Amino acid sequence: MLLRLNPVAGQPIYLQLMQQIRHAAETGALKDGDQLPSVRSLAEKLVVSPNTVVKAYSELEHEGLIELRQGSGAFATLKRRTRSLTDHMQAARRRIRDLIERLHDDGLLDDEIRRAFEAELLHTAESVARR
Amino acid sequence: MIDGPVIQTRSLTKSYGRLDAVRDLDLSVGANRITAFLGRNGAGKSTTIKLLLGMIHATSGDASVLGARIGESKESREMLRRVAYVAENKPLYPYMTVAQMIRFVSSFYPDWRPDAAERLMKEYELPADRKVKSLSKGMRTKLALLLAFARRPDLLILDEPSEGLDPVGIEHLLQHLVAQSADGISVFFSSHQIAEVERIADHVCILDKGRLLVDASLDDLRESYRRIDLVFPSIPLEHEFRMAGVERIETSGRQIRIFSSRNSRTVVQRAYELNAVSVEVTPVALRDIFLETVREN
Repeated sequence: MLLRLNPVAGQPIYLQLMQQIRHAAETGALKDGDQLPSVRSLAEKLVVSPNTVVKAYSELEHEGLIELRQGSGAFATLKRRTRSLTDHMQAARRRIRDLIERLHDDGLLDDEIRRAFEAELLHTAESVARR
Repeated sequence: MIDGPVIQTRSLTKSYGRLDAVRDLDLSVGANRITAFLGRNGAGKSTTIKLLLGMIHATSGDASVLGARIGESKESREMLRRVAYVAENKPLYPYMTVAQMIRFVSSFYPDWRPDAAERLMKEYELPADRKVKSLSKGMRTKLALLLAFARRPDLLILDEPSEGLDPVGIEHLLQHLVAQSADGISVFFSSHQIAEVERIADHVCILDKGRLLVDASLDDLRESYRRIDLVFPSIPLEHEFRMAGVERIETSGRQIRIFSSRNSRTVVQRAYELNAVSVEVTPVALRDIFLETVREN
């Protein structure tokens, strides 16, 4: 599994790490039962604090995407739920792609679209959280 | 594993005449994580570290390291055995060879790990028979790091550890700090290199002119600081946006730029209420957070 992080982004590194692992699961780069690297080796490889990896792994365990087994490490557990989530994600991607295409047609630049997305997510985040 | 903070200071102050090198510092450094001490040159970082290690004495206030009060000679002597310190100017014995230096230092520490020292010797390509005085700055830094990493301290304090290292050396250094942290060692390092702090730190303390300006987890900073650019149909009133978390407001015609340390949602909400025609929210990198807080000071 090849991961890349962007420390300059305004997003916590553990969230980036979670997204990348989720992405790996969605694309099939990570399969059910696959072992994930140990906290130590992943931290050293990515040059991030071990706490960052611990946080990402425990959140992913909470989501049910991985399983932490006493003494033997972290394993991917891609259950049916995860797979249907994958389908959802792919559908969502398609819709977003369509939207972006239309915005491009309207003459918007990538950066403008990105910032607009950020603003709208922030705007709706509270109501979504309440739902 | 250690419970509670590994470093704690209360109103720690160090004055040189009328100049406060460190002013009223309340610092709490948690165990088992990597904490970065970020500040400009002369911000008071080295002074703070020297105070913590009992190398200089505080004008007022107090501090404890690994639970031991600094200045209490017996307690702090015991504590210093559990702390590995890499000084800014890497004071080593110039007339010794690298091998002699390592043997000399290792004799003082029962927790010395010869295997780790050997591994680092190879990795750093340190010449065993060269005299310390003939080493380059980068090599001296590597030797000083080896001497700290080959022990198994509870707390590792490093003052500008990357100074004098080339990019490959810096990469190695960061990897080692991560490895130390994985071993359960608490790491506290000062730096003015934002890029390295941004990569490995769990927690960041920003010091400027002797004062602590930011003391937060890097995740929290990444999540909460935002730059919000707004455009209104008519000239907006700045005071509408004076609210908690708004650090700075810049106005130019119908545009407003807001730099917020938290509550960006409330700001955006307010902007929509005031019929903003454009709302753009961008995350703020640590570099900008640093520059903004230092500038406000």
